[in-house]
Amino acid sequence: MISRKLLLTSLFCLGVVAALAIWARAGSGKVHYLPYYLPCPEIFSMKLQYTEEKLIQLFPQLFYQQPRVLVPKRQDVLTVTPWLAPIVWEGTFDPEILDSAYRPLNLTIGVTAFAIGKYTRFVRRFLESAEQHFMRGYQVNYYIFTDSPASVPSLQLQPGRSLATVPMAKFSSWQEISMRRMEAISRHVAQVSGREVQYLFCLDVDMVFHNPWGPETLGDMVAAIHPGYFTVPREQFPYERRSSSAAFIPEGEGDFYYGGAVFGGLVNKVYEFTKSCHMTILADKANGIMAAWQEESHLNRHFLTHKPSKLLSPEYIWDDRKPKPPEIRLIRFSTVDKDYKEVRN
Amino acid sequence: MRITKLHGLAILVTAGIAGAIWYHHPFSPSRDQERANSPGGDSGLKSDLHEASLTLPWRQDVLVLTPWLAPIVWEGTFSRDILNAQYLQKNLVTGVVTFAVEKYVQFIEGFMTSANKYFLAGHQVNFYLFTDSPEKVSHVQMSPENRVFVIPVQSGSGWQDACRSRMHILSSYIQRRLQHEVDYLFSMDIDVQLLAHVGVEIIDALVATISSWQLSPQHDDRAQGTQPGPPAASPEGHGDFHYTASFYGGSVSEVYKLSTACFGGVMEDREIGIGARGHHESLLNKYLLQHKPTRLLSPEYYWDTELSSSLIHVKRMCPVHKDSSWH
Repeated sequence: MISRKLLLTSLFCLGVVAALAIWARAGSGKVHYLPYYLPCPEIFSMKLQYTEEKLIQLFPQLFYQQPRVLVPKRQDVLTVTPWLAPIVWEGTFDPEILDSAYRPLNLTIGVTAFAIGKYTRFVRRFLESAEQHFMRGYQVNYYIFTDSPASVPSLQLQPGRSLATVPMAKFSSWQEISMRRMEAISRHVAQVSGREVQYLFCLDVDMVFHNPWGPETLGDMVAAIHPGYFTVPREQFPYERRSSSAAFIPEGEGDFYYGGAVFGGLVNKVYEFTKSCHMTILADKANGIMAAWQEESHLNRHFLTHKPSKLLSPEYIWDDRKPKPPEIRLIRFSTVDKDYKEVRN
Repeated sequence: MRITKLHGLAILVTAGIAGAIWYHHPFSPSRDQERANSPGGDSGLKSDLHEASLTLPWRQDVLVLTPWLAPIVWEGTFSRDILNAQYLQKNLVTGVVTFAVEKYVQFIEGFMTSANKYFLAGHQVNFYLFTDSPEKVSHVQMSPENRVFVIPVQSGSGWQDACRSRMHILSSYIQRRLQHEVDYLFSMDIDVQLLAHVGVEIIDALVATISSWQLSPQHDDRAQGTQPGPPAASPEGHGDFHYTASFYGGSVSEVYKLSTACFGGVMEDREIGIGARGHHESLLNKYLLQHKPTRLLSPEYYWDTELSSSLIHVKRMCPVHKDSSWH
């Protein structure tokens, strides 16, 4: 005969065990997501209309010093990757030759930048410096993703350049905001920018241009080398090292460590790339894990299997807190000094 | 309350359920089973060619990137494993076009044997052999993935060295047939032998090979026009590099544009009565000055064995030695 006390004790034990199990399951990651957060089907089924990519440009006759086979331009740094993608350093390219080829193509280049919450304070300097240094002489469309369009300053832009604000929700944590950029960019490309631009760059807004950024940066898929890791071996790269994450890169693998602050390329390639990163971020969310450096880890994972066709040296993604080594002859784009704790709140 | 058997049974059942839950949902991530780690499925690919270090270029003695950011392919600048994986992902077919008329027919066997062994080994290659004596083409044992197509053409006097028909044939054949069969196409002289692997590092939109004689300093000066010697890179003397007409190629659409443009150039000069091998090369160079190649091959890829240079670590393709009675 089962007494009432026995029944109650058993039920109590079962209840405690069940509660422990649920707590452990849910508490294994820092952020938990409700089970009904499913991938957005409408993004993934969007067909992107894009213009044909032009491969060879006609170079009009130009007088310049002849390149010499026996005279390497930069002997101190690697200028071509093992998969024969150029690495763009000062001295490796002739801006006149490239301009003469790209200007006649009548290209429009897009720039995305996310200014959410307190980050809107960086927009003015970003735009002013871009007007001075970014793709001078080309048509540029700035797309500022923000939760407060009113705080975006209305600047006088050069002819052929335009500014559009894109409304974006503010999420609970700065990591979440950072990771949602991939989703927002791919959605925007599918709906708007895919039709307006041929090349798209996705840049961090809390940075400033100091020197020219020109058509040497244009390519099918362009990544930039993180300034903090270009002199260290791959074992020290801060890849995501937990195998349960979709951004996992095992020891012994990896080419370079790319920075999440700068990437770009042909607009359809950027679409595929951001969509793919968004999918791996979602896979991680479903497993309750967040990668070590948020979307930068996913970016690095993606670029390991789908290698970029052009790399930008750390000149294009510098951190002003670092001392300038001799390999860096020119700093083109670097971070603004700020108090991270204060601005991320 | 006395502890009875039923108490024990209840505790055992609870413990059993707890154990089952623990087993299927471990509390810490590190106890997860190793799962397939890459979404692309290809994560086992390592950069086997020494780990790329950004402050230590492998070749410091030569130019590896042109001012318009086209890579120049030298031994030691690339990892063929990585490039092979990228090539395979895209499921590409490459074609080779070569002409063998009159006395050049004797080179066919040597060319086919060495090309079959060393040209894009392991990948599908279609060889298109244009010849005026198809009956003399001996059967060469080819790898299972390669194919040979023998196409008869007519010959005239001094035909081989005249480029006009070659460019015309190439241009019209691409339009009629080749564009549907291959993605990339390369034109090679028949009187060559491949001595080392020529792999997928050559595959790009528009590819040209730098001439051997550009490697020695005095020849470098010739290109600048300060010394007499082989012709300057272009009639005006404002070339980037001097490219050899013995090995060039690219995507089928770019080779079509090139051959059509060169044929047009030839037609102009036909009226004047010019038609020679050197002319073929200067037309090619003139085209490539305005339509800059997206990838350059170092002289390793067509090396004139009469020269020597410490910069050439691998000789991949060399013209067959002909004795003085040849001409």
